[in-house]
Amino acid sequence: MRSLEEQIEHDRQMKGRIHSFETFGSVDGPGIRFVLFMQGCALRCKFCHNPDTWDMNTGNVYTVDDVIKQIEPYLPYYKNSGGGVTFSGGEPSLQAPFLAALARELKRRHDVHIALDSSGFFEASHLISSGLADAIDLVLLDLKIIDEKKHIDLTSQSNERILRTAKFYNEIGKAIWIRHVVIPSVTTDHEDVVLLGKEIAAMPMVQRVELLPYHEMGKYKWKQLNLPYELDHVSPPSSQMMKEVKQTLEEYIKVPVIY
Amino acid sequence: MDILSKDIQIKEENQMTTSVKIERQHAWENFKTGKWETQVDVRDFIVNNMTEYEGDESFLAPATEDTNKLWARISELSKEERERGGVWDVDFNVSTIVSHGAGYIDQSLEKIVGVQTDAPFKRSVQPFGGIKMVVDACKAYGYEVPQELIDTFTTIRKTHNQGVFDAYTPDMRLARKTGIITGLPDAYGRGRIIGDYRRVALYGVDFLIKQKQADKALTDNVPMSDDVIREREEHTEQIRALEELKQMAASYGYDISRPAQNAQEAVQWLYFAYLAAIKEQNGAAMSIGRISTFLDIYIERDLEEGLMTEQEAQEIIDHFVMKLRIVKFLRTPDYNELFSGDPTWVTESIGGMGLDGRSMVTKNSFRILHTLYTLGPSPEPNLTVLWSTQLPEAFKKYCAKVSIETSSIQYENDDIMRPKFGDDYGIACCVSAMRIGKQMQFFGARANLAKALLYAINGGVDEKMGIPVVKGLIEPITSEVLNYDDVMKNFDKVMDWLSELYINTLNVIHYMHDKYSYERIEFALHDREIVRTMACGIAGLSVVADSLSAIKHAKVYPIRNEQGIAVDFKIEGEFPQYGNNEDSVDDIAVNLVKTFMNKLRKHNSYRNSIITQSVLTITSNVVYGKKTGSTPDGRKAGEPFAPGANPMHGRDRKGALASLTSVAKLPYDDSLDGISNTFSIVGKALGKELDTQKSNLKSVLDSYMGQEAHHLNVNVFDRSTLQAAMEQPELYPQLTVRVSGYAVNFIKLTREQQLEVLSRTFHGEL
Repeated sequence: MRSLEEQIEHDRQMKGRIHSFETFGSVDGPGIRFVLFMQGCALRCKFCHNPDTWDMNTGNVYTVDDVIKQIEPYLPYYKNSGGGVTFSGGEPSLQAPFLAALARELKRRHDVHIALDSSGFFEASHLISSGLADAIDLVLLDLKIIDEKKHIDLTSQSNERILRTAKFYNEIGKAIWIRHVVIPSVTTDHEDVVLLGKEIAAMPMVQRVELLPYHEMGKYKWKQLNLPYELDHVSPPSSQMMKEVKQTLEEYIKVPVIY
Repeated sequence: MDILSKDIQIKEENQMTTSVKIERQHAWENFKTGKWETQVDVRDFIVNNMTEYEGDESFLAPATEDTNKLWARISELSKEERERGGVWDVDFNVSTIVSHGAGYIDQSLEKIVGVQTDAPFKRSVQPFGGIKMVVDACKAYGYEVPQELIDTFTTIRKTHNQGVFDAYTPDMRLARKTGIITGLPDAYGRGRIIGDYRRVALYGVDFLIKQKQADKALTDNVPMSDDVIREREEHTEQIRALEELKQMAASYGYDISRPAQNAQEAVQWLYFAYLAAIKEQNGAAMSIGRISTFLDIYIERDLEEGLMTEQEAQEIIDHFVMKLRIVKFLRTPDYNELFSGDPTWVTESIGGMGLDGRSMVTKNSFRILHTLYTLGPSPEPNLTVLWSTQLPEAFKKYCAKVSIETSSIQYENDDIMRPKFGDDYGIACCVSAMRIGKQMQFFGARANLAKALLYAINGGVDEKMGIPVVKGLIEPITSEVLNYDDVMKNFDKVMDWLSELYINTLNVIHYMHDKYSYERIEFALHDREIVRTMACGIAGLSVVADSLSAIKHAKVYPIRNEQGIAVDFKIEGEFPQYGNNEDSVDDIAVNLVKTFMNKLRKHNSYRNSIITQSVLTITSNVVYGKKTGSTPDGRKAGEPFAPGANPMHGRDRKGALASLTSVAKLPYDDSLDGISNTFSIVGKALGKELDTQKSNLKSVLDSYMGQEAHHLNVNVFDRSTLQAAMEQPELYPQLTVRVSGYAVNFIKLTREQQLEVLSRTFHGEL
């Protein structure tokens, strides 16, 4: 068992592999937030707008202290707006121990609100053992599609683990914001939306659902990485479609559904 | 005074229109007393009589039918103007305060009257600044100036422009030609003077004439030094101008010798005073001051006494603002290139904190912003909110809402200006604070520091024209790789040379402007003793900061032509860039501001004015870029600079807050004329819903001002404005495009890719 001083010293020196920072995150959780894009992801979602975050070995290495130095100048913005810091990426849970240390230090030094923007594709036990589950205030959970076959086709993995993680958050009473990317003809079949609605309705900890319209701003990154883009035939959803998805979900979900 | 003349028609049905024409027992009835009653002291009147408003916008009234009709007529005229190539018509009667008869948009509808000539949209000629400019401007729009007019202002009456060029030295002419100093007001009105137009409403013209006569009499029996003689002449001209002001108002049927008696008169008197100024002068910036809180006092009095409804109050403000929106001047194509978009900078300063701790936000602060809805968004009047973190929450939220929905407001930090300028200052033009009626600026455009850096590298030879400009001071740098210390040594000497030439040039310009185009009515509305500042400026700050950073932290190889001039640069290695909140380069920018300011301060300025500077370019960043060769930061010859203090386009790697924080480091103390920063964001990137967007924008402003930054121009895009941004990205710097979870990394994109990303910002709708 470490003493508090030892814990702090240990935390500060932990290293993480970072893709980039965004100082003005206004759509990544409440208020204005510092968004930390972590390097590395195990999924291969066809619509990913950050494929440059998949590779586990690129990006830059920072210690917890280094990252906090990047955040500190903007704390007034985050505090004034009821914001904080969001761990995103890539898949942040792949570096859970680092982020747990970072979160602990941020809370200890500056009492910052922490959000975890994750695919949920990890074992809950890992989240607990790393200490990350304790350190975060809010999870932004990405639910792509409920039908398992379709999920594998879209992301390369089953959603069993993700749904288990969702259950886990609800059990430990963690506030959740659900995110769902609306991809015409891929996720927008009426039955799929209904399934999604029912699944979310069964989660008591969900405070809000954010519908993210599929966009093509990440396409150039696939080109740069010489990866084949399989959604060329897909266009971003019209506002009519967004409205329809929202309305369908609202038949089942009582918390705000916004886009 | 006489008895009340009872000319009252009151409709007693419901709270419908009361059309009241009351002559009060005394115009100042029910106003609280103070020093202001016996001497000209508008601030004292305001402080004693204003009603702070801490509520929200729900009290605001919609536009009246008359307002809509008038605005429709103006929109028609605007369309006609565009169809006629940008100028609706030109009137060759030389414009003075009394040169033109009354003109109306629609006399049956207008509650506030008065236009610059005898018809709205008809532009006048104001040759006192320069006759060649008038000829060029007319030619550009297909008009021919009568020869008699040209002859008069060439052989009979000298112009400011002629005077300046009579005195310019060869070095000054060369500096203009090469573009090391440009935008100088040597061919157009200097502007940056704000008459205290409120005085006319509060006191009436006769009271002001008496004050000026008393001022003049103070020198009746003193030795006639140059200064005294000049002052006596200026006083006489001011008094004359005040008489003309009365005459002009009389031509519209108003006797403004007496104080305004109600809100409608207050607005009308104030506007007449401003109108006289723009009839007399075509200054680049003809700002109106800090009038909204002042006018609220009259409106509150009328509302309280049941003489006016909220809708009528809004109507008067709407009609007044309509007039401000149609201020027009005849400009040359050159001028339009420098200051694109037909700007007039009728800047109104809204809100701010009082020295006594109350805010100066009134219902009229809301009403004037509300014109962006009653009349639609517009860049003029240039609505500027004097932001303090202490302003009432409801007002702050309203401002954020208006920014998001109209993109037509800019913000300046009252918390850093108030200690220096008090609580009755206004913004002249775009960013420069100035105590109303007690201070004036000698506008000095800006010096091109990026070109100065190139001079340092090229031994004083201009990189575009190939001719020596800085002679005998420095040797060109000939090393294969640029050495930071060598460059700085030369750069320091070039800045010495430049600052001296710059001040000398401005001295010539303002001497001649005073002599040949004195702003009579504007100065009639100033105190006898005023503070004068010489408002210099810097262009190319971020170009220089990044260039020096490259030279210091990376390897910069000049690519020289046969003449030995470095016309391009090759950079090897990485270097920190301004706009990412990195001290290693931000400090360079900070030191540049301090250094140049200190060099400017060394020199003697005209009329012992206090030398100040701004980091502001408006749209001249494009013109400056055209005149400047490739720079060591990677910018190619002819490419635009970033505007004002903005980091160079596309160099921010860490997002908007890092960019704002870099700019916030620039020292206001060494840039008292202002530090300009433009922030452009797609609405959805501010937040997913309007409430979140409002709250986030408000937090950005509070935090940014909390960092002691000075100014923020906020552009919030919708689809149509985004198109404009894509066509001219250099005018919309730091464009923030954000989508949930998306790591933008704009810096890694080519311009084509950036445009592509921008174009895809609106899902499914582009």
